[in-house]
Amino acid sequence: MSAPGIPEVLLTNVTKRFGPSAAPVLDAISLTVERGEFVTLLGPSGCGKSTLLKLVAGLSPITSGEITVNGMTPVNARPIVSFVFQDATLLPWRTVEKNVALALELEGRPRDETAQTTQSLLQLVDLSHVAQHYPRQLSGGMKMRVSIARALATRPRVLLMDEPFAALDEITRDRMNEELLRLRAEQDWTVLFVTHSVAEAIFLSSRVIILAPHPGRIAHELTIDLPWPRTAETRESEAFDALVNRASRLLREAHRA
Amino acid sequence: MKKRLVFVLNSLGVFLAMLLVWRGIIAAFNVPAYMLPTPWMVTVAFGEHLNGILSALLITTEEAVLGIVSAVILGVLIALIFARSEWIRRLLFPYTVLLQTVPIMAVTPLIIMWVGPGQAAVTLVAFIFCVSSIIANTTQGLISVNDDLVALFLMHNASPAQVLAKLRLPHSLPYLFVGIRISSGLAVIGAITGELFAGSSRVGQGGLGYSILYAMAQMQTDLLFALVIASTILGFAFFFTATFLEWLMLHKWHESAAVSRLES
Ligand SMILES: Nc1ncnc2c1ncn2[C@@H]1O[C@H](COP(=O)(O)OP(=O)(O)OP(=O)(O)O)[C@@H](O)[C@H]1O
Ligand SMILES: [Mg+2]
Repeated sequence: MSAPGIPEVLLTNVTKRFGPSAAPVLDAISLTVERGEFVTLLGPSGCGKSTLLKLVAGLSPITSGEITVNGMTPVNARPIVSFVFQDATLLPWRTVEKNVALALELEGRPRDETAQTTQSLLQLVDLSHVAQHYPRQLSGGMKMRVSIARALATRPRVLLMDEPFAALDEITRDRMNEELLRLRAEQDWTVLFVTHSVAEAIFLSSRVIILAPHPGRIAHELTIDLPWPRTAETRESEAFDALVNRASRLLREAHRA
Repeated sequence: MKKRLVFVLNSLGVFLAMLLVWRGIIAAFNVPAYMLPTPWMVTVAFGEHLNGILSALLITTEEAVLGIVSAVILGVLIALIFARSEWIRRLLFPYTVLLQTVPIMAVTPLIIMWVGPGQAAVTLVAFIFCVSSIIANTTQGLISVNDDLVALFLMHNASPAQVLAKLRLPHSLPYLFVGIRISSGLAVIGAITGELFAGSSRVGQGGLGYSILYAMAQMQTDLLFALVIASTILGFAFFFTATFLEWLMLHKWHESAAVSRLES
């Protein structure tokens, strides 16, 4: 589809202020995400992680610099991008099935294609048995799986995820992490992920970007060379522990700086 | 099932006790019938004037239904305009709040003067009683949509019409029904108040409010009581219908409508 070598997400010297006289929230961010990478932004609260994802999604204008997604402007790239929010943000008046179908419906895809895609996605995230349930009947983990299935329905090349598992308990979160990697093995999207959890960042990512606050800027970059596929055992390895320790230390330093 | 039976028996007991107290007071203090008729006299009056009461009930129902239905239609349209432009909302929304605080009863004579007595004026009074709570609640619902959901719709290239039809309107439905529930009582109160001032252009053709005036002028206290009871039943029927419609539309997905199932 695209010429080889075009990065999936490219930020060049991006600065963001809310209002002309306000202090910058993000300052001179440059970042290249290549096809197939899983890049996680790690940083203290308020350092601008959500803002950065919204810029990449074209939901908020940048103040200066440039962002391209697969060579396009963020707004033009929307058809190949999906966003997963911290809360599941399901429509409570729609059944699970209809929630998953939402994006396809909005984009005006044919009905039978929508139904087919929805069915296979529900199977993929193991929710076929609750297809006719309403969101209020689901647990937090199930809601998040619906939200992810909805994001995958349009077959995105790029997935933007803003703390999707932050509201879940640790066991559920670990399981969802493993599930996310399993899905990615089947569909290979490029991911830009945001989290507070160092362990989650290390487990999921091929690369971790550590941000420093006030203004938000890139402090460190860590390549995570843990072997694939990653499973529950990965978390028990010494290499994993060492990376978690290292990232935690860098995060503390960034916070102090 | 048994619980329900006990509840029904208890309610019936309380009702009978109240009738007894009523009758007892009349006996104990020797209250004349023109001040306070006995329950039996009221029942008889009900039977005697049944046709008149029923036709009055019908007229008032018509006015109240027309009033609330037009308030819902116009109120939702105005709410849509308010939701669309913050500028218009800032400018005009305070007046809908003001409308809620004005004792509308005091304005009723003006409306009657402008429109002229008759059913149209009464319907208009019922409409005015209802419309502000419809506007206020629906506007609240339309603008309180989660930002992330709007972003989600934008990410998938939703048109403004899609955002409205698939997001804002369904989201505001529970709010609209809060407004309808409040209005259901106000519609009946509004219609009866309107009739108290406007009544009807033709004698004997008025609704409950007009009949109440008539019974008062004739000192027919027993009929007055029967009419008050008929008004109460009408108010209850409106509230019940509104609550039932709300349940019908929302119980599958909305938390508040589902609560009653949890509690029972
Ligand atoms: N719409 C907005 N208008 C003004 N300021 C904003 C807006 N959105 C975010 N900010 C500010 O930008 C800064 C970064 O916010 P952002 O939500 O991106 O942080 P974050 O890193 O995602 O934090 P958290 O980890 O708590 O989610 C904050 O100081 C916030 O107050
Ligand atoms: Mg955030």
